[in-house]
Amino acid sequence: MINGISINYYLLLSTVLFIIGAIGVMARRNSIIIFMCIELMLNAVNLLLVSFSTLHGDASGQVFVFFIMAVAAAEVAVGLAILSMIYRNVKSIDTDLLSNLKN
Amino acid sequence: MKGLLIISGLGVLAMLAEIFKFKKLLLPMVLLGIVAAYAFNFMEWTNEYSISYFSNMISFDKIGIAFSGIIIATAFFWFILANDYFEEDTNVVDHFALVLFALVGALMLTAFTNMTTLFLGIEIMSIPLYVLAASQKKDLRSNEAGFKYLIMGSFASGFLLFGIALVYGASGSFDLEKIREYIALNSSGMPMFFYVGVIMIMIAMCFKVSAAPFHFWAPDVYQGSPTLITALMSTVVKTAAFAAFLRLFMVGFAGVSEVWTGILAGIIALSLVVSNFSAAMQTNVKRMLAYSSISHAAFMLMVVLANIRSNISVDAILYYSLAYSIGSIAAFGVLYNVTRKNTESIEAFNGLGKRNPLLAFCMTVAMLSLAGIPVTSGFFAKYFVFTTMIGTHYKWLLILAVITSAIGAYYYLKVVIAMYYKKPIHEEAVVIERSNVLVITLTTVIVIVIGIVPGLVSEMFKF
Repeated sequence: MINGISINYYLLLSTVLFIIGAIGVMARRNSIIIFMCIELMLNAVNLLLVSFSTLHGDASGQVFVFFIMAVAAAEVAVGLAILSMIYRNVKSIDTDLLSNLKN
Repeated sequence: MKGLLIISGLGVLAMLAEIFKFKKLLLPMVLLGIVAAYAFNFMEWTNEYSISYFSNMISFDKIGIAFSGIIIATAFFWFILANDYFEEDTNVVDHFALVLFALVGALMLTAFTNMTTLFLGIEIMSIPLYVLAASQKKDLRSNEAGFKYLIMGSFASGFLLFGIALVYGASGSFDLEKIREYIALNSSGMPMFFYVGVIMIMIAMCFKVSAAPFHFWAPDVYQGSPTLITALMSTVVKTAAFAAFLRLFMVGFAGVSEVWTGILAGIIALSLVVSNFSAAMQTNVKRMLAYSSISHAAFMLMVVLANIRSNISVDAILYYSLAYSIGSIAAFGVLYNVTRKNTESIEAFNGLGKRNPLLAFCMTVAMLSLAGIPVTSGFFAKYFVFTTMIGTHYKWLLILAVITSAIGAYYYLKVVIAMYYKKPIHEEAVVIERSNVLVITLTTVIVIVIGIVPGLVSEMFKF
């Protein structure tokens, strides 16, 4: 229980957010939206970690959240750089155009 | 630990090289540094106990040191092989720094004792590789490889983190030993989401080692990336990911093996079938090697599946990693030199036996080793894996593995046949640099030597 709300609700909320993110990554075709969905997945994890951390009265979960934030920022920085490179070559960020690798 | 620090230092040094203008000196310095890192790593081997650092975040025990040794040695060969790749490029120093930082991540993965270091290790290893995979800016295929690798890598990281969060929620700790204790104490009363967490971590790790059905990114990424970066991915990264997988499931989650062994057995069976059948149909050699790496991943996962916490399984996976890494370095070295001005299709190898007999011989040995044919180290690698599997319930997997290996021999031998029995497209000899000849010959010799005397490596562990 955190402030009178059972941990299961926190768990449910972050699971739903995570699933929305995961489906978004698989279903969407716009690269920027895919990045947003990955962020959504990671933030669902952050929410879960923070609520478990409060539940256990243990700060290490919140410290982990900082690591995730920093790493997510680094990942998106690299991702946007790759994306702008792709845009220079094909003038589009649609992932359907990225299917040149096959046997 | 000192090895890890030295390589981090080298990475920082590489970034300074542009400013202080010692670009030309960088390669010798990096090679020296890597030798030093290997030496320090080797000295820590004699420690009777493992010292943990950063309030028990990372701890180099014998297993960690042995895997670090393999990674550092492979990296040494890789840097010699890649010397002219660095010369051709305009942003030389950035490439050096990225590869070195990826190595730091790989070394962290061999010795983590906490979920935080596991996550950071994976990311420190992966993020430079996303950049390296996409490093040919004008080539859309390289861009695509980098982009796919990034999306799949972050997606897998999301799963890993969600799993870690769930395990933390149940056990209240990120420490592997504490999680182990938690499982031992509460073997009956653990919440459902703990098991879900373990499965999600396993799925994420299967993404990272590219086991079927989470392998679909691997052929594209391997094909699109520059050949040498592919070599790095299929040796250093693979070894590190397996070291992590082994530690995670042998130390952390061994107590709940009844939950994950069944799923893992399914993943292994699927990987064996999918990889070998798909590889047999490929005409692009890089793509074929990607599928071959999936099948090797399945073999190494078998050791994790056997779940024996003893020196047998550590020996097996260690020997397998070494045999596979060194054999792959030889194969990719030849591939890099043959396909430099040519197509990547298997026809590029036609008549190599006449055009450059030494290269053809080394490629033959590498292929035989990857196929697991006796006298080469690949045979004993598979043999040791099979011995760990004998005592388990999964004997059917053993039979499947033997059958699919036989199919595997077909596509490896296809390359050998092309080299010796097909008419070449271009008649001229393949000329390669002396340093590359050295690396390819040396790795081939190692493949044969540890194949003839497997005890050199496999008896290193006396617990």
